[in-house]
Amino acid sequence: MRALKFLLPLALFIGVAWFLLLGLDRNPREIPSPLVDKPAPQVTLPLLADSATNWSTDQMKGQVWLLNVWGSWCAGCRVEHPLLNDLAARKLAPIIGLAWKDDPTASQAWLARLGNPYAINVSDQKGSAAIDWGVYGAPETFVIDKAGIVRHKHIGPLTADAIERQLVPLLNRLKAQ
Amino acid sequence: MNRKPSMSLRESPARRLFVMMRESLLRSPLPLLLLAVCLGIALPAPALAQSGVNASPAPAEMSPENLQRFRKLAEELRCLVCQNQTLADSDAGLAVDLRRQVETLMGRGMDDAQIKEYLVERYGDFVLYRPPVKGSTLLLWFGPFALLLTGIIAWIVVQRRSRLRTSEAVSPDANARQRARDLLG
Repeated sequence: MRALKFLLPLALFIGVAWFLLLGLDRNPREIPSPLVDKPAPQVTLPLLADSATNWSTDQMKGQVWLLNVWGSWCAGCRVEHPLLNDLAARKLAPIIGLAWKDDPTASQAWLARLGNPYAINVSDQKGSAAIDWGVYGAPETFVIDKAGIVRHKHIGPLTADAIERQLVPLLNRLKAQ
Repeated sequence: MNRKPSMSLRESPARRLFVMMRESLLRSPLPLLLLAVCLGIALPAPALAQSGVNASPAPAEMSPENLQRFRKLAEELRCLVCQNQTLADSDAGLAVDLRRQVETLMGRGMDDAQIKEYLVERYGDFVLYRPPVKGSTLLLWFGPFALLLTGIIAWIVVQRRSRLRTSEAVSPDANARQRARDLLG
């Protein structure tokens, strides 16, 4: 009985402390996307290079592809850009760039200066397509499989670690399907 | 000092609990004080968070009823960039876009529930300032009350024990009294 009197509050305290400690380790900026394992939202957008021509997500059916949300105003995009260039050079999957709320001229100047890893770049100046994709900050990267299902969402700048450990194995697995 | 709550059979457990709590509080009002401090901290928070509402730009061409509906919706939705602000409070680029989207959806004749559903499909439950009660949010909704209840039970147990101990201490049994008398001659 004496032991219980001592142990019960201790157990309760450890429980609460453990719970709070776990909270410290979680990033509140990473909001899990409800889109993962759901069909990719259908959007139609003008090409960055040619605003008279439209691109739509339908066109990507049958292949594994990446959607990268970026903007020339976005510092995190600048950080991940060399990694995207490397990834594109490996030709694992086409990367579609979505220039989010960016002036097309600024976007193009940015690509001319830093290199263009994107197979196709589309322009979402009003940000309506980004809302359909549940984008809340740039950069964000989605992986879409052959059937048009979103398989993964990376929030924030890609890291070499995230690419090697998550993206590349996932892309290889999806391509084999 | 020997006052003990009468434990007649007619008394209900609820009444006994009430009497016990009242006596404990009379002896030490600390829990009440703590409760008051907690409430004092908790209550003004929503009032502060809403101070920016009027500053939020709302579409000018809306009818007064729609404007009110729009404001109410925008206050129930979270800005995902500045996470402790509502869509109504926030001036972040995304919040402006989402407000415009809410306006567009209202224009298409969608009701409040449909508009929330639309945003939850894209951004998850996090976009709602009031998360729905479901399996994964039970702890969020009821955890604090469970902790409070545990605290109250622990406090009652401790109070009851300490009172038993005091009453024993101040009313020595007949033998002890006799011994004391003998010692004192």
